[in-house]
Order: sequence, then structure tokens, then C-alpha cells
Amino acid sequence: MKLESVKENASNEWYLLQDSRDPVIYVGTATCGRSAGALGVIEALQKDDDINNSRIIETGCLGLCYAEPIIMIKKTGRPLLAFGKVNPRVAARLVRDYLNEDKINNDFVLGTVGEERINGVGKLFDLPVLKPQVRRILNNCGFIDPENIYHYIANSGYSGLQKTLELKPDEIIGHVKVAGLRGRGGAGFPTWKKWKTARDEANKQPAANNESPAFIICNADEGDPGAFMNRSLLEGDPHSVLEGMLIAGYTIGASRGYIYCRAEYPLALSRLKTALDQMRELNLLGENILGTDFSFDIRIKEGAGAFVCGEETALIASIEGKRGAPVPRPPFPAEVGLWEKPTVINNVETFANVALLLKHGADWFTEYGTEKSRGTKTFSLAGKIKYPGLIEVPLGITLKEIIFDIGGGPSDGKKFKAVQTGGPSGGCLSSDMLDLPVDYDSLVQAGSIMGSGGLVVMDEDTCMVDVARYFLEFTQKESCGKCVPCRLGTKAMLDILSKITQGKGEEKDLNFLKETGAAVQKGSLCGLGKTAPNPVLSTFRYFENEYTQHVKENKCSGKTCKEMISYYVLEENCTGCTVCKRMCPQEAIIGESKEVHKIIEEVCIKCNICHEYCKYDAIEVN
Amino acid sequence: MPDDLKQIIHRHWGERSELISILQKIQEQYGYLPPEAMQETASYLKIPDTAVFAVATFYSQFRFEPRGEKLIRVCLGTACHVRGADRFLANLKKELGIEEGETTPDGKYTLESVACIGCCALSPVLTLNEEVIANITSPKIRKMLIKK
Repeated sequence: MKLESVKENASNEWYLLQDSRDPVIYVGTATCGRSAGALGVIEALQKDDDINNSRIIETGCLGLCYAEPIIMIKKTGRPLLAFGKVNPRVAARLVRDYLNEDKINNDFVLGTVGEERINGVGKLFDLPVLKPQVRRILNNCGFIDPENIYHYIANSGYSGLQKTLELKPDEIIGHVKVAGLRGRGGAGFPTWKKWKTARDEANKQPAANNESPAFIICNADEGDPGAFMNRSLLEGDPHSVLEGMLIAGYTIGASRGYIYCRAEYPLALSRLKTALDQMRELNLLGENILGTDFSFDIRIKEGAGAFVCGEETALIASIEGKRGAPVPRPPFPAEVGLWEKPTVINNVETFANVALLLKHGADWFTEYGTEKSRGTKTFSLAGKIKYPGLIEVPLGITLKEIIFDIGGGPSDGKKFKAVQTGGPSGGCLSSDMLDLPVDYDSLVQAGSIMGSGGLVVMDEDTCMVDVARYFLEFTQKESCGKCVPCRLGTKAMLDILSKITQGKGEEKDLNFLKETGAAVQKGSLCGLGKTAPNPVLSTFRYFENEYTQHVKENKCSGKTCKEMISYYVLEENCTGCTVCKRMCPQEAIIGESKEVHKIIEEVCIKCNICHEYCKYDAIEVN
Repeated sequence: MPDDLKQIIHRHWGERSELISILQKIQEQYGYLPPEAMQETASYLKIPDTAVFAVATFYSQFRFEPRGEKLIRVCLGTACHVRGADRFLANLKKELGIEEGETTPDGKYTLESVACIGCCALSPVLTLNEEVIANITSPKIRKMLIKK
């Protein structure tokens, strides 16, 4: 089958949808949409007799997670109109009002999509959270049905592959080199180098029937806590990643690829399965793809909950059915990888970039970014921030622009304290670093890493020692145990950090942390151990005063460490409603109805339940 | 050994690389890995029992005790952590009277934590069986437990 005939069918289906006389309602049903109640919204729409002539299309995530559930409505003669924070109670009325009476509810409307306008409604992409973004990877996310391959193809999907199949592998590597694409998984290794090594090695393999001389692996093990870019992309536009894998396979001469996706992402896994089935039907997978000599198949491997499997040699061990323990490099997987064959392992976003850059060319790709960090990058913005979500920005943008212009700054009017980049391998940067350009090299210089793109914002009520302890607890749990410095070093550091957060820290502990951290960095085999001390060392660098406060003054300015805080009732706000008293699991609150309550400090376990239940802001933490 | 268990295992080709996915299929069906299922897997793949056990214990997804009717997993990702996830976990432990990884004596709840489910923008979150509950608060958790 040729792509041209498929393209024709795809365009027909897509344009029928665009010009549909019946209204079309797009509902974002990625994991974030679903957790915010998107499926309930769909149910409410389907039940309503007035609007059941409308077609409902489930899409991926637009990235405005704070506004989920999001629906977009298309009716004849009008631009696509987006609404946010829709709930099952208002959904049907909202849609009915707009479809039947042209009434737009201003409490929910987000904006129009595209250049067309409707009176009184702004453009969606003029929202402050979207305006500074450059959406290339995420271009389709939220607008197409990820479970319909025709939607992807109609939006020029697989044309990168089509171009690829007309090129020689060396030419493709040349394009990727000129574009300067670096791995989006975190370390930023030049993609072309990995591919070239693997191709050269694959050419040396003896010819064997039915056996792939090399392998492609897509690393979708997104294990960094606080990161969800890959999940969103796989849920919103899986074909963009799979197209990149095909291009890589053709380039290095592989006929088999694996996508290693974590089990914690059930929706991404199911959308990938659907995508692969549809590709097989259209001869985009299997023998003689699109009538060429190129044959390729992709299998899904489900991760089983081990962070270390994001490391490439551990990931390979896991695909082979073993414990995910890393092995020394060199040889690198590009030389000796899966089943000892040359193997290219790239991140989800790297593959999506490959498909785009082959489609549009290297010049297009380099329109954005800095000299050494080309292109755009997706980030997930979470933590204590006003507009959390998934964003895509040109590399080189400053942290300030991301956190304040796009993210709206910390939530609840609190003061910004730090941003954590790069997950457990990264670090925490302080407000002094807000002007730092976000690119691979600047972040390393600042003591952190870019990582895969997780950004967690922390406000004044976050304790940085506790954050360091949190990450060490994580890496200590996830250490595979192979190298002693990592296995025991992370444990020793965790013990000390726990001691400090419990108010038992001594001054000598601080030096011990620095020394052990340096030893763990030097003595560990893989990235997990080598970078495990980063959260501690970076918090030392920017927030040393918090450590000394804990140790010397027994004080936690982030009001987090239980041994250093106490809960009390703010007498002027307390109405004596007894809610806190009834909810306290410790019976630590006394006071009669309509009289000011009191917390008995000795009994209080600082569970925060009273604070959450109090409607009068009468519970304070000191 | 129940026939369906055998079927789950024997549906595979018998290659070593299928080990993890076989274990996942067993757990999907039973909620945990019964010892005899791991032994059967070992003999089917022609590898020692210990090799299966070594892999099963390495990955945090696998459980060796039956799980309760409802599985609560509190997400401990970074975004959830800075929004108080560990407090919610501690409060749930106290409320249910069990530790992480345990099941209530009546078999109703199993409590676990998970490193991150990637729902960070709606943190803090937990999952109740397949459902993700976003922006959790103590009142929300209370309602969830009362609702049965």
C-alpha cells in the first residue's frame, strides 16, 4: 500500500469532520482529564436529548491541566471554541446554550482556536499560559483523536517517514546532525552520534535470516517523580513517537523495535496498542512497509515499577526478562545492546522530534533554541504553582518566563522559594537563578540537570531539607543494590537527613553529608548513583541556611518538619464550631461549642486534619 | 493448580524475555503472585524457581499476598510530596490501622504507595482501584472511605 492512497482516505475523513453539519464536541480524556471528571462530562452529554446529534470525539491533553476537564465545541460557521473546568452538572447546559442559542458562558469559556474570532471571546492561544509557548511536539495534542490513525495522517503524519524512505541512511544521520538534536531523556547526548555508532555496528553483523541485526528501543519509562510529559504525548499523539521509531529503525537497519512503557500509565499503554494495530492494518508496520524493502515491527514492553530501568543498560536487562541492574559502559548499547546487538535507545520526545525534523527539515528545526541546545522542549509544570500543566517552549527560555509568565507564579499568593528540575538526578534552584536560560549546559553549571522535563515549583512553605530527604528516600529505595557506594551511601545520607528533619541533627552531620555525597557520585556505576546526591548538594548550595537553622536553632522555616512545628488555634478566628474537635483523630482538641478551642500540644500528632477542615482559617502552624 | 492459571502461562512462547509479562498477567488475574504460579512459570520457561523469585521481588509492582477488595495507592511523586502526600499516607495508615503494603483484616482495603502516576498537575492524588482521585484532601478521603 502506498501512503498516498491512505492519505486521501485520511483527509476525506478529517475534512468531513471539520465541515460536519452536526456539531462536534471534543473532550480531553487523557489521564489528567479523566481524573478531573472528563468521563462524567461525556456521560452527561450523551444523556441529553437536545444535543445527542452531536459527535463526541475523545482527544488527548491540551496541556492546560489546571482547566480540566476541557471541551471544545465546533458548530457550522463558527471557529472551534474551548471551555475549561467543565463538570457533569453544567456540561449539557453549556453545550445546549451555545449550540441552540449562541450563548457563551463566560465563566467557562477559554477562547477560540485559530485566527477566527467570536465577539467578546479571546483567542485560546492568546492566554498568558499559551502565548509564550511554541507548540511543535504538542501540536496535535488535544486536537486529534489519538485512537484514529487517520487524524494523525491527515495532519501530515507519517510524511517524515515517507521522506525518510527516499533517503539513504547516511543522509538521514546527516540531517539529524545538522539539526543538532540532543536526547530529550535528560543527558542530552547527540542523537546522530548514537545512530551512527549503531548503524556502523549493525553493518558489521553477520547476515542472519529472521533476526534483526539491530534494535530500536523507545524509553517511555518516565520514572522521575513529578514528570508527565511522555505520558501526555503518548496519550495525546502516540503516532508521532512511533513514526520516529520507524525512521530510526530504517536508518540503523533494524527490523524490530520495543517501546518500554511503565505500567503506571495504563491509558498510554492502551492507546499505544491501538496505534500499533492501526499501523499494521495500513502497512505502516510489518513486511515491506509502504511497498519498500524496509520491514519493521514494534512490540510493547510494560515496565514493572523500577526507577533504575530508565537507565539504558538496566532497561535492556528488563526487556530480556531479568532484574533491572545496570552493567558498566562501554560497551554502549549502540555497540552491544539488546541480546548483544547494536541498540538505539531514545526517549519518547526524541523520537517525536525526529519525525518532525525529517518532515520539515533541519533548518525549520533550528529556528528555535540556542546554539548548543536546539529546538523546543516539553516540560511538565507542577507543585505549588498557579497554572500547572504541560508546556512546550524554545530551549533557552528563562526559568522566570516558564514559572511566572506561563505558570502564573506560586499558587495562593505565596512567595517563590525554589524550582526542582531533573527529578531525583537533578537539583533545586533558588530565586537567584530565575534568569537562568533553560538549556542542557546552563542547568548543569547551576548544579542541576534538565532531565526529561519535570519542573516542580516550591513556595515558602516548603522545607528544602525535607525535599532533599524525600529524594534520598526515593533513590535509596530505588537503588538496585549492585554498587556499594550507592546502596550504602544513599542509606547513610538518608539516615542523616532523617535525623536532621527530626530535630536531632548535629553540625558534623553537614560535613558528613557533603563528603558522602561526593563519594557516592564517584563510586557508583550508573546514573542513578552518580546523580543521587544532587538534590542534597544543590540544596546545600542554595539553601545552606535552612540546614543550619534545623541543626542549630531547631527551626524549620518551611513549616514542614513535624518535630519543629506546632499547631495552635487562632483565638480571634475560632467560632467554636467544633468541627476540628470532632475530626481530630487524637482527641487533642478541647473546647465547648461556641467557645474558643485549644489544641493540646502533647497529644497532637500534626496530621493537619484540623487545618484542612477549619473553614475560618483559625488553625495556624508555627 | 487452577486451569486458567496454567492457561495464562502456557499462552506464551516460553522465552525468558516473557517472564515479566507472564508475572504481570498472573497478577492481573489474581491480584498477587501465588507461589505455585511462580513455580509453574519457572518450569515453563525452564529456569530455576529462584530466577523467577529474584525478578519478582526486584520490581515494586509485584505483590506476594492477596490484595483487598479495594486497592488504595497514595502517589508519593515530588509534586504530591510538596503538597503533603506523606501526611495523607500517614493519616490513611492510622485510619485503616494498617501499614503500607498491608490489607485490613476484613479484606476490604489494601494500602500502598506509588512512586508517581504522572498526574502531577492535579496533585496530591491517589488511586482507588483503577480510578484516579485528584486534588485529595482529608475530607475527600473521608468521603471516599465512607462511600464503601
